[in-house]
Parts: sequence; structure tokens; C-alpha cells
Amino acid sequence: MEKFTTLHGIAAPLPLINVDTDMIIPKQFLKTIKREGLGKNLFDEMRFDDNGDEIPTFVLNKPAYRDAEILISGDNFGCGSSREHAPWAIKDFGIRCVIAPSFADIFFNNCFKNGILPIPLPQEQVDILMKDAEKGANARITVDLEAQEITTSDGQTIPFEVDAFRKHCLINGLDDIALTLEKNAAIEGFEAQAAQARPWV
Amino acid sequence: MSGKTLYDKIWDAHLVTDTDGTSLLYIDRHLVHEVTSPQAFEGLRMAGRKVRAPGQTIAVPDHNVPTWEDRDKGIDNEESRIQLEALDKNAKDFGIHYYPVSDVRQGIVHIIGPEQGWTLPGMTVVCGDSHTATHGAFGALAHGIGTSEVEHVLATQTLIQQKSKNMKVEITGQLSPGVTAKDIVLSIIARTGTAGGTGYVIEYCGEAIRALSMEGRMTICNMAIEGGARAGLIAPDETTYDYVKGRPHAPKGAQWEAAMSWWKTLYSDDDAHWDKVVTLKGEDIAPTVTWGTSPEDALPITASVPAPDDFSGGKVDAVKRALEYMGLKAGTPLSAIEIDTVFIGSCTNGRIEDLRAAAAILKGHKIKDGLRAMVVPGSGLVRAQAEEEGLADIFKQAGFEWRKAGCSMCLAMNPDQLAPGERCAATSNRNFEGRQGRGGRTHLMSPAMAAAAAITGRLTDVRELTQPTPEPA
Ligand code: SF4
Repeated sequence: MEKFTTLHGIAAPLPLINVDTDMIIPKQFLKTIKREGLGKNLFDEMRFDDNGDEIPTFVLNKPAYRDAEILISGDNFGCGSSREHAPWAIKDFGIRCVIAPSFADIFFNNCFKNGILPIPLPQEQVDILMKDAEKGANARITVDLEAQEITTSDGQTIPFEVDAFRKHCLINGLDDIALTLEKNAAIEGFEAQAAQARPWV
Repeated sequence: MSGKTLYDKIWDAHLVTDTDGTSLLYIDRHLVHEVTSPQAFEGLRMAGRKVRAPGQTIAVPDHNVPTWEDRDKGIDNEESRIQLEALDKNAKDFGIHYYPVSDVRQGIVHIIGPEQGWTLPGMTVVCGDSHTATHGAFGALAHGIGTSEVEHVLATQTLIQQKSKNMKVEITGQLSPGVTAKDIVLSIIARTGTAGGTGYVIEYCGEAIRALSMEGRMTICNMAIEGGARAGLIAPDETTYDYVKGRPHAPKGAQWEAAMSWWKTLYSDDDAHWDKVVTLKGEDIAPTVTWGTSPEDALPITASVPAPDDFSGGKVDAVKRALEYMGLKAGTPLSAIEIDTVFIGSCTNGRIEDLRAAAAILKGHKIKDGLRAMVVPGSGLVRAQAEEEGLADIFKQAGFEWRKAGCSMCLAMNPDQLAPGERCAATSNRNFEGRQGRGGRTHLMSPAMAAAAAITGRLTDVRELTQPTPEPA
């Protein structure tokens, strides 16, 4: 997994609540058997019209935000389906950090598995960042995972919380399957005991 | 010390290790479908890993499969075909249980798990699909996972988890005639919002839940995810045991007795701690439909389309956008909304009881002229049973298309899709923009309500069709 340490980049404002995974990556793009190449279809139905032409008013089509690496959005971001294609598309587009007042559970988990940092923050702080993002390409925001701190373009700092284990995995780019396999003895022990206690499973 | 909830009990029984606030949870059943698994199997191959417990892993194609009669002849869409072939190959290479398209037991993963007895009380069940919550109806801890986690479970039979909080949703009393499990769950989500359950596992309880069949309970738990919860649970009881007993993969003989003695301990203790409690009166729930593009946009069929100003915060803009997308004006009575299409099916309402409920309304009626209507049974076995009971004939005579099993128009990955602007009465679970086809407009409701809408061509209070006509004086 790609490491995440400090990110200094353009933040795109997407002030919508309940941005669902069908919006992030519509189902016609789920037919792939690869993880790569989904960035061009990120937010497809909002980004392109019926002829496949760009809709100029959509934030990621505006010149200032085409290279955005951070996304600021509303409550319950990533709700809906469990499709990991959503974070794959976000990552493939170049976005490494999503900031919103709240996230849907599965999407939130999926982000960490793909080197994306989702940051839930109180609404007032999201509002500050949203305003900052609206300033355009000159307003670069810094996200420092080590220090757990966001710095706005005018130097204001906002601390954030992140689970210690997930932070450790992100900073070091760790594959958690390998970490779990180190606990193989414990898993075997559990299986032996479960075979006694619940043999019907 | 306070007692334990059902969730606590299942959690504790599956805990492998618990360090630094991260827990390793053992997974009893892993269900796999073609859309969210190819990358996981590819990951295993690249790392030279095996499936740790192939006997506990079950694969079935459902999302992509066409639902027409002669689908066995092959699929035109190349990408879909590649995904199905990949599942076929992965199932064989890794030696997992598999129900191919040609098998009568094939169907939507969340329907066939319970049908085949793979889902049992007290289990942990996962699948790369958010509606895995369905299996919670058996008192199993069941939830959706992403593809990286699918790979993790394939390789280790465990999942790295953090424990959720406990939420109780109680439905007291009894339901009125015409009101079903779907109306309950839509009403709950309308009350709590789609993010109301975020961070929680919900246990549904109360008299009205106890009175539901397993099919109805699955409908409720299916949509726990639409309320934001990681999982939904209903404690097992006689209804559960009766459903499970005799299923192909359910325990038998002495094992059944042993299982029963544990299952009977699976309930929340009276003194258990709840982080959140929501109570609804069964009597207050009416036949319910959605008007917007989020499952929380649900109202009794007797209500009217709301206005953006009826809301506050971010919801004002969301409602503006939803009304525009849905082509609806505030103040329009919901029962005046005309539809083009009816879809009965999905893992929410594609079981035999759902088809019975819809057929009971349709019997002796025809669908409105010009309407497109289809029934897509949740599994090959549901389809066979409906044919045997004569339900298929009722649907066909009414003018419905009678399809083969799959997800179909629930998410429109196969050829069953809405055209832009087309309006659909659907028994599925998501009314998101574009869910049933780009520009398509979805109204969620129960199978009986969808059948009523098929007859009149508009959203309809099913009670209008079922109320006995008064005797002449
Ligand atoms: S029927 Fe719909 S919700 Fe259920 S598994 Fe299939 S696509 Fe998902």
C-alpha cells in the first residue's frame, strides 16, 4: 500500500450531503476485474453529460480543481454500497484525503485499505475548510498525519483524531493481511476451540 | 456490571485477539459474488496465498447475470462475461462452494445463504456487499465489507474490526392491515436518517418484529445499512428455528440439539446497556413510499411531496436537488405520481412471501396499459416454488414479465435498466440517483404496494384495493 505521511495540495469543495457510492462510481464501471483505471469515471454522472462531454460547472472539471488531492464534503459521505471501486476511483483520480462531518462505515474502512485518509471533523471546522477550498487553486491545504493536524491556506491549524492502528498502517504503508498472518497461532487456537464449542459451523 | 446485548455475545464468541483497541474477529461464513471479488482473488494469487477455509466460503454470481429465459446460452456484454468467468475460475481454483448460473439454487447471494442453511444464528457472516446485513435476521452478526477485506477474509478467515455501539430499535404493538416489514423499515429510516445508525449495530425488537416471518425479518435487517448501521440483528426464536431446520447445510441430529442449546442463549440481557434507543408504535406505521433520492426520503402514501423549506441544514439543498432529479413538485399528493415501470425483486423483497403478497393484490387484475412490469425472483428455488404455487401464472396473466433469478433492476448492472426520466415503483432498497439506470427515478415500497401501483399506474395506497366494498344497505 502507498504510504501516507504529509499531503500538501489543492482541496476541492463538494458541499453535498449523503454523497453515495453510486455517485462516486456508477455501477457500469464495476465490471472491471482490476483496481486501476477508475479515476476517469470518478463522479461520472455528475462530471459528464449524456454525450460524454464535461459538465463545466462540476467542481472537478473547473481548471482550479482538476489536480485536487483533497476533497471536502458534507455529512454521511460514501453511503450506500460496499464497492471498493469508490475509493479506488478517488485514489486513481489523485485524491488522497477526504474531509467531511461524517462518513459511512464501510467506505471509511475501505479508504484506509487504499492509502486514503478520511477525516471526520465537526461541521464548523468542515465549514472553515470548505470556505478555504472555495478560494481555488492557490489555497493549498496541508494534512499532516504524523502530527494529526490540518493547516489551512492562511495558516490556521485544525487537529484531528485517527485510530492508532490505522495511522500506523497508513504511515508505513503496511498490508494488513501480512500483519494478521503473523497471528496465525492465535487463529489456529481459536479454530481448535471453536471446533469443540460449535462443531456445526 | 451490566448484562450483554446479543451483539456483545456474538462478538465475544468470535474474538480471536484483542490488542490496542483493534480486534481480530473470526468469520464463520464468507459469501462471495462476481463484482467485488475478482481483485481479491487476484491479490491472493499474486501473494501466493490460499483460501484458508474453503468449506466456509460460498460463491454465486448474481449482480451481472441476465434474467431472461435462455440466459444459459451466454452473455453478450463482454465485461460481464469476463467477471462471471473469473468467478467460475476462482471458485474452481480455490475449491469453494459454488452455485453457477445454470444451477437452480443460484440466486441473489443474500437470498441463497439463508435458503441453503449457510446462515445460522450466532454466526459471523460477511460478504463484499453492503446488504449482507440481511443475514442478521437470524441473529447472526452479518455485514458488508470492501474488496480488500474480502481478500483478508479469504486469506485469514478473520477480519480486523472495531466494536460498534449498541442501538435498540423497538417496534411495539401490532401492524395495521396493509402494512408490512418494508413499511416498518422505511419508517425507521425516515425517523433516524440514513446516517442515524452510523457507528452502531442495531437490534430490532418488540412485538411487531416478533410477529414477523423470517422473510419479513430479512427485509428489515437488509435495510439496516440504509440507516447507516454496520449490521442489524433480530434475536432468534421459534420462527427462526422452524425456518432453519432441515435446510441443506443446517445442523442435524445431535449437532442440531447442541446448536439449539447455544442459540437459546442468544438474546440481549434485560440489564444490557444500550447507547441509543428508538421506539416506534406499530399502529402508527402506514404503507410507505419514498419520494426522493435517499431512503430517508420516505413518507406515508397518504402524504404529499414535501418542500425544501420543510427541512433545515444541508438537507434543504439536497431536497431541492432531489425534487429536480425526481421531476416532482412540492405539494403533489404522493398517490398522484404516475409511474412507467414496476420492479418486484431484489434481496430486500425477492423471497416467496414477497411474491405471494404481490400476487394476492394482482389476482384477477391487469396492469395498467402501457406499463412495463417485471418480477425477478430472488433465487431459482423461489422461482420454482412460485411456479408451483401458481403465482407465476397470476403475474403473467396480469401482464408482468416473469424472469430468472438475479439482482437485475435493483442496480441495473445487467440489461434491466430504466431509461432517463423513467419512473419506477420498486421493491428494492436504494433510490439513489442513477441507481436503476442513468436518469431513472425510483420510488421504494413494499411488494403489495408495487402490485397496487402496477394496477393503477400511479403510486397507490394498497388499502384502497383491499378494503372490502361496503354492502349495499
Ligand atoms: S439485489 Fe440489489 S441490493 Fe441486493 S445484492 Fe443485489 S444489487 Fe445488492
